[in-house]
Amino acid sequence: MKKTIIFIGFLVIFSLLVFGCAKKDSDAVKIGVIAELTGDIPAVGTSCKNAAELAVREINDGGGIQLGEKKYPVELIIEDNAGKADQSASSAQKLITQQKVTAIVGPNASRYALPAAEIAESNKTVLITPWSTAPKATLDAKTNAPKHYVFRACFIDPFQGGVIAKFTLDNLKLKKTAVLYDVASEYNKGIAEIFKEVYEKNGGSIVAFETYTTNDKDFSSQLTKIKKTNPDIIFLPNYYSEVPLQIQQAKRLGISVPFIGSDSWGSEELLKLCGKDCEGYYFSTHYAADSASDATKKFIDAYKAKYGTTPDDVAALTYDSFGLLLQAIKTAGKNDRQAVRDALAKIPLFNGVTGSMQFKEGSGDPIKSAVILQIKDGKFTWFANAKP
Amino acid sequence: MAYFFQQALNALQLGSIYALIALGYTMVYGILTMINFAHGDLFMVGAFFCFLLAVYLKLSFVPTLLVSMLGVACLGVVIERLAYKPLRAAPRVSAIITALGVGLFLENFTLALSPYPKHIPPLLANTTWSIGSLSVSSLQVLVIALSLVLMLILDFVVQRTKAGMAMRAISWDKSIVPLMGVPVNKIISFTFAIGTGLGGAAGVMYGLAYPVIDPYMGIMVGWKAFICAVVGGIGNVRGAMIGGFILGAVEILVAAFFPSTYRDFVAFTLLLVLLILRPYGILGRPQPQKV
Repeated sequence: MKKTIIFIGFLVIFSLLVFGCAKKDSDAVKIGVIAELTGDIPAVGTSCKNAAELAVREINDGGGIQLGEKKYPVELIIEDNAGKADQSASSAQKLITQQKVTAIVGPNASRYALPAAEIAESNKTVLITPWSTAPKATLDAKTNAPKHYVFRACFIDPFQGGVIAKFTLDNLKLKKTAVLYDVASEYNKGIAEIFKEVYEKNGGSIVAFETYTTNDKDFSSQLTKIKKTNPDIIFLPNYYSEVPLQIQQAKRLGISVPFIGSDSWGSEELLKLCGKDCEGYYFSTHYAADSASDATKKFIDAYKAKYGTTPDDVAALTYDSFGLLLQAIKTAGKNDRQAVRDALAKIPLFNGVTGSMQFKEGSGDPIKSAVILQIKDGKFTWFANAKP
Repeated sequence: MAYFFQQALNALQLGSIYALIALGYTMVYGILTMINFAHGDLFMVGAFFCFLLAVYLKLSFVPTLLVSMLGVACLGVVIERLAYKPLRAAPRVSAIITALGVGLFLENFTLALSPYPKHIPPLLANTTWSIGSLSVSSLQVLVIALSLVLMLILDFVVQRTKAGMAMRAISWDKSIVPLMGVPVNKIISFTFAIGTGLGGAAGVMYGLAYPVIDPYMGIMVGWKAFICAVVGGIGNVRGAMIGGFILGAVEILVAAFFPSTYRDFVAFTLLLVLLILRPYGILGRPQPQKV
């Protein structure tokens, strides 16, 4: 009896595995999303998911996407990578081979985008990462030539690192900077190194270049070391969940100089976690919700109406990734991975909610500008623009 | 010189938290010869209790600490009863796997409730005193002092009370002690309560000192505290305290005098060398096995 039950149980599971996947909806254009819904930066994943759902709902409300004579609905398949590099790769694999998606949007953080991008490239499927600013994401690991199928909707670290370095020197007029960054994370490390290079080339001096590893909570040793070097400002190119800890510990150690950051600060969570401690500091990012154009305002209002919060940069960039992708699919005129890739690479100047962008010949990195925001009265406020 | 003292103070703060968590590992090992790998996650639960009490019930520091300790201690006793007791006669590997499973359960349960990192509001007004170029914060003093007080109380309980005597007796010989009329199950529950309660206290203090908490925070800290317990001599209560302060000091001082990139590498190499020289830990006794 018991054996029969177990046998039937196995049969049920097996048939679910086989027939569950065999279910086919050949009419829809499938787009996969890989987001960090759990793990160390869940706010990023949630913004990505929200914006993706918003973009897809908007196109489906209009009847779907026009391919040839007929309109096809867009089907969204969302995968959680749990904030893990290996799961990002397996999610990409699953979306491409099992779900047969036309293209993938995400993951967002560079350390998860890199492994997923490798999978997409080798499977000849378009992947647009909304938020990964590390140059390597769109470059071939061996030849350093641009990847063919990997694109992004944001600027890259060399640009951003340079923007912050020049802003610190020219606008803030501070010539001695200390840096504390996560050496185990692709993004933090890349931007810290580029900042150092540009800052020193333009006459500034880096007085301390300190590191830690992901998930560290105690920075007292590094901060004490930084305090000894008497910097004018401290650069923290780290994620929003760590920055508040670093700033609060620094204040407790008697450090009173200002801090400056990069686009990884740009989450509403930072304001919640930091409280008053981050007041007055600057960081560079992709767009400013308060100085928005009409198209951007429309997006912000729709997002606010649906989710109750101001969209952060991840949400805006995810929305733009979908904008790029849907336009490319429309131009291609058919649900075919190669055709979509070719259309995306040749896309004419695209006006998204984070500004205009265009892919240069062969490269997956768009040419676009950055903004500097200031944290003022517990809000992100526009401070300056930086052109490429 | 002030720089050195500042770093020494940082080391004491980190070390006292490691020591408190290491005590939980060592006490459970002492009495059951089992490594409770869920201990790091119980520490995390302590920090989340602190968050819930401070944010939703708006309790002040002392009740938050006491209720969190009590909550985690109860959870520890329940886990022992439900998950470990049925396996007491089973091979030790089964018990360790169960402990890992309990740890994963606690992590993912908390994760399922809410994956976002949480911010613990400051429960105490923080003042920073400057002595020359040395900055001492009241929080730092509190963490160090409270940990030392808790450890002194524990040392007293283990060395000077009847329950402590029973604990030491059980860790010495599990088969004879019940014949002397010692209620073994009660003492084991008591040990779990104290060990996990201290872990909960460590969670609260950690949450105050590093106020952004998340469901995975217990993993790395738990592993490090486990290493402290091993370095001090697992099963030995005073050894765990010493181990905690050693690891805290090594981590801070390595980062202070070498490039901070090498911190974990140098710290763990030093600990490995220490274990090669004294494989049974600093205060552990070698246990010859008759074959």
